[in-house]
Parts: sequence; structure tokens; C-alpha cells
Amino acid sequence: MTIEEIIKPENLAYGKTKVLTDAPMHYCPGCSHGTVHKILAEVIDDLGIQEQTIGVTPVGCSVLLYNYLDVDWVEAAHGRAPAVATGIKRVNPDMHVFAYQGDGDLAAIGTAEIIHACNRGDNITVIFINNGIYGMTGGQMAPTTLVGMKTATTPHGRQVDLNGYPFKVSEMMAQLPGTCYVTRQAVHTPGAVRQARKALKKAFEKSAAKKGLSFVEIVATCSSGWKLLPVESNKWMAENMIPFYPLGDIKDSE
Amino acid sequence: MGELRLMKGNEVIAEAAIRYGCDAYFGYPITPQSEVMETLMDLAPWETTGMVVLQAESEIASINMVYGAAATGKRAMTSSSSPGISLMSEGMSYLAGAELPCLVVNVSRGGPGLGTIQPSQADYFQATKGGGHGDYNLIVLAPASVQEMHDFVGLGFDLAFKYRNPALILADGVVGQMMEKVELAEQRPRLTKEEIVQKTGAWASTGKVGRNRNIVTSVELDPARHEAFNHKLQAKYAEMKEKEVRYEELYCDDAEYLIVAYGISARISQKAVELLRAEGVKVGLLRPITLFPFPEKQIAARAKQLKGILSVEMSAGQMIYDIRLAVGGALPVAHFGRIGGLVHSPSEVVEAMKKLMNNV
Repeated sequence: MTIEEIIKPENLAYGKTKVLTDAPMHYCPGCSHGTVHKILAEVIDDLGIQEQTIGVTPVGCSVLLYNYLDVDWVEAAHGRAPAVATGIKRVNPDMHVFAYQGDGDLAAIGTAEIIHACNRGDNITVIFINNGIYGMTGGQMAPTTLVGMKTATTPHGRQVDLNGYPFKVSEMMAQLPGTCYVTRQAVHTPGAVRQARKALKKAFEKSAAKKGLSFVEIVATCSSGWKLLPVESNKWMAENMIPFYPLGDIKDSE
Repeated sequence: MGELRLMKGNEVIAEAAIRYGCDAYFGYPITPQSEVMETLMDLAPWETTGMVVLQAESEIASINMVYGAAATGKRAMTSSSSPGISLMSEGMSYLAGAELPCLVVNVSRGGPGLGTIQPSQADYFQATKGGGHGDYNLIVLAPASVQEMHDFVGLGFDLAFKYRNPALILADGVVGQMMEKVELAEQRPRLTKEEIVQKTGAWASTGKVGRNRNIVTSVELDPARHEAFNHKLQAKYAEMKEKEVRYEELYCDDAEYLIVAYGISARISQKAVELLRAEGVKVGLLRPITLFPFPEKQIAARAKQLKGILSVEMSAGQMIYDIRLAVGGALPVAHFGRIGGLVHSPSEVVEAMKKLMNNV
């Protein structure tokens, strides 16, 4: 058999969803964003909501997310994505609206906006990428940086007396009655990717059913910021991040 | 003749928003303009026209909710007063950078800082020179009556959508709080989703149906492309300067002296002009209605017959810079204004004009 004989549509075992564009991604090797983008695109495709979806991008590494998913987009100011998504959703209640934010964007500068969007119970989905670091600006400390973790602004490791404590955002959002689904996932193994994909789908479904705000945290890698090789990053995340940020559903209300 | 009512300036902003088919108001309480959102909540337009009214957690959230709604082609607005407008300035820069239409109302009060809740016109620089970061301008309308508070809601939205740029009504605590007779517009229906897609489908994120995806953004990392985009914005502002200047002149035909004043200062100055005319002084009043674009050519043309100009504004002298630029040093331009929350009287304006005349 020649290669030409094998590469045929009928032999296709796995295909790229049409919601993912052909644009080459700008992310570093080993970064979790690309995997999360892919499963997000697949979920939008699965649910058949490409034409009814409006995404909101943050400021951070994923600011250019609009280049990769073929849906309508609005790019928000730093931290304001939940307010922007609220504005979109309130005047377009039939559309599927989601915000995609990193830990600097959501858990530092945008804390007020995410708390109040969760508390109002806006029927949107928020995807929160937690890699414990500011990726785009060069690896500075984030609110979620672990104690002792070295970053550009904690070169001797994060110290509690100087920098306070790492922030468990999902646990906090789960306390607010406006959230209907709060879960923490990861994409460092094939099994984790499958779980995260299921969680994302459930999040979109619950928001669409007007049950409130769905909050999906993804514990993620930043091999450049962590100064580790991609494989080492996955290992470091499993050994250090996940014990502090345990995976699984935190809240799943009717 | 439309329906006539005696109304407060702030209340009429709410009434006009509903009547001009506004889709959404997002706001945060601040004196002296809280009646805008209170009136909207009382009128409950979501039960009649379907307009959304939402109290946000901050001015920052308010303007970003406006940004989100505007990004989908909707007619969205907010209102605030000076300290709140400072917080919204980041959002207004983003709205201008993403070329989104919206309406913002500033019922301004005295600053700096928390300042005072009394009226002021000290936000002229902030309103007309940008306020936020970057090379951008807002369309700035300055109402001098409760009727104009009403009318400029409709005009502000029309201009904002014509140029895809935020429009700002720069009012002050007097115009917001005073009551006057106002003729209300007929109720206009809000646009349907189909109409919005037809009008704004080229840029608004309304859902990717039968077209390439729309991306509403102010990011452009390639400096050459970003320079080209900035030139496009500047061309838009140049077109506004050409086509959208609005102003009013009173007693100007034979004037030897001119008062330039906007908003409540123009109302006070009109009385001062009448007092001076009664003494035989040939003085006129030019009231800029658009502060951006500023009536610079009109002031320059009028200056040819004048001996001096007095800029009357409740600030330490902000609009006076635009007047001086317009006349290019050809004649004396003086400033008068009470500041920090106090409002000048007509007789104080008369005295200031006489002082200018003695110095010419």
C-alpha cells in the first residue's frame, strides 16, 4: 500500500473540527492554550452552536484567540471580559456567550468583574486558565502562583509574608449562588483532555439552559514562564499545581 | 407638537433614551446624576420597549458592559459624573479603538479628586482631548437646556453610529438638576435583530451567519498596520470637523466683543450680554454646541470684527486654549469662571467683560 492509497477521506479516524481555523498558533511549545482551544472548538461544533456563539478574549497570551476559532469575537480590556460578556448576553439572550481569561486577567485585575458576573448569575460560560504566572508579560507572579514558586517578580520564590497566599478562585466562585457549575480540569494527559472536554460541554449546556454562570478552571502549563521543557512542565504541574488545585467538579447545581 | 412636560435634566435623559429606541443602559450611582438610572428603573422599559437596564458593580463594569452590547450593534449607553467618567476613560479609549458607537453622559461636578457634588465644567480637557490613552476623540455635545438634554440623546446616538465612535453628552450639575419645559419625541421602536444585522453586519459580532467571522478589537500588533488604522481614525475626526460642527450665535452681527461659553455658562452669559447691551456695549455670544468638533473656523471668522473675546467657563480656563488656537493670537482672549463647584452670576460676567474692555 502506498501513502496515497491510505490517505483518503474514508480512512479518516480523526478530523479537525471546522470551528478551528487554519491559522498557525503563536503559543510556545508545551503550552496548554492550544489544547484548550481545540476542545473548545470541538464542543462548539458538537453542540452545533457556531453561528450563535460570541466569544470574549482577554488580555494575556490568549488575546489572539480570535484568530483560531471561527466564531464572532469581542476583545476585552484587561480583566473586564465578564462585564463585556454580561453586556453582550443581556442584549442577546439567545446567543451563547463565553469569556476566556488567564489568571492575571481574571484573578488579579479583573476580580471585581468575575465576582459580580458570578453573583448576578449571568447565563454565560467563563473559561479560566490557571498556570500560576503572567505568560505574555514575561513570567511575573500571578495571584495563583504557588508559595515558593520562582517568577520574574519573585526571583527568590513567592513568600507569604511579602506576597500573600495563592488564590483558589474556583472554590470562591462556587460559594456564590449565581454559579450553576464550577469545575477544575487539566489537559496534561489524554484522559484529562477527555474530562475537560466533557466539562466544557456541560458548562455550555447549563448556561444555555439559563441555570446561571458556568465556571471552568483549567490548571495549565507555561513552560516558558516556568523555564521547563514541555514534558517536565506536565510533570511539575501534576506534582505541584494539582495537589494545591485539585481537579474535579466543585459545584454542580440543578 | 409632541408631548410637553416639566422635567429635570437627569430624568429627561432616561425618558429620551427609551423614546429614541435605546437597547441598553448600564450604570452606577453617583451624584449629581443618579436620577438617570432611578428614573429608568422606575419606568421599567424592559416591559415596554424591551430595553435592558442594569446596575453594574462599578463605572468600570458599566462602560465595559456598554462595550459588549455595542459590539453586537446595539444602541447602548451609560451616564455618570466626573470621578466616574475618569474610571470609564479606559473603556472609552477601547470603544474608540474598536470603532464602537455608544452614548456616555457626564453630568459633571467639581474636582479634582472626589471634589464636590456641586456643578462644574472642569472636565472639558478630559472630554475633548481624549481622557483615556491614545490618539482618539469623542464626539462631544454640550446641552444648555433640559430640551437639549433630551434632543442630544437622539443626536448623540445618530452621530455615534454614523461615525462608529463614542459620543459624549458633557452636561453639568445645573443642567442635570434644573427643571424646564421639554417637548418629548414620539416613541421609536427598537431595531429588530434583522435590522441590526443589516445595518451593522459588516463589523458587529451578531453571530457568524452567512459571512466570515467578525472580530471587534482594538489590538493591532503590526505597527505599520496600526499606523494605517490611526490614519483612518484621524480621517474620521477630520470629516467630523468638516461636517458636524454645531454652534449658536446671539447678538453677533455688530459685536465688537464676544463671549464664548457652553452649557449653563452660555445661559448665564446670555443674560450678561443683555445687561451689557442695555448699557450700549456691542457684545455678542457664541455658544459651541459641539465641543468636539469645536467651532474653530466660525470663531476665527467672527474674530475679524472683534476687539476681544471672553471665555466663560466654570473651570480655571480650559476651552480658552481652543479659542486662542482658533484666533491665532490676533486679539486678546481672556478667561472668567467660578471654579470648584460655584456658579458665576450674570453680573460677575459683566464685570469680567468690562475688565477685558479696559485692558484692550
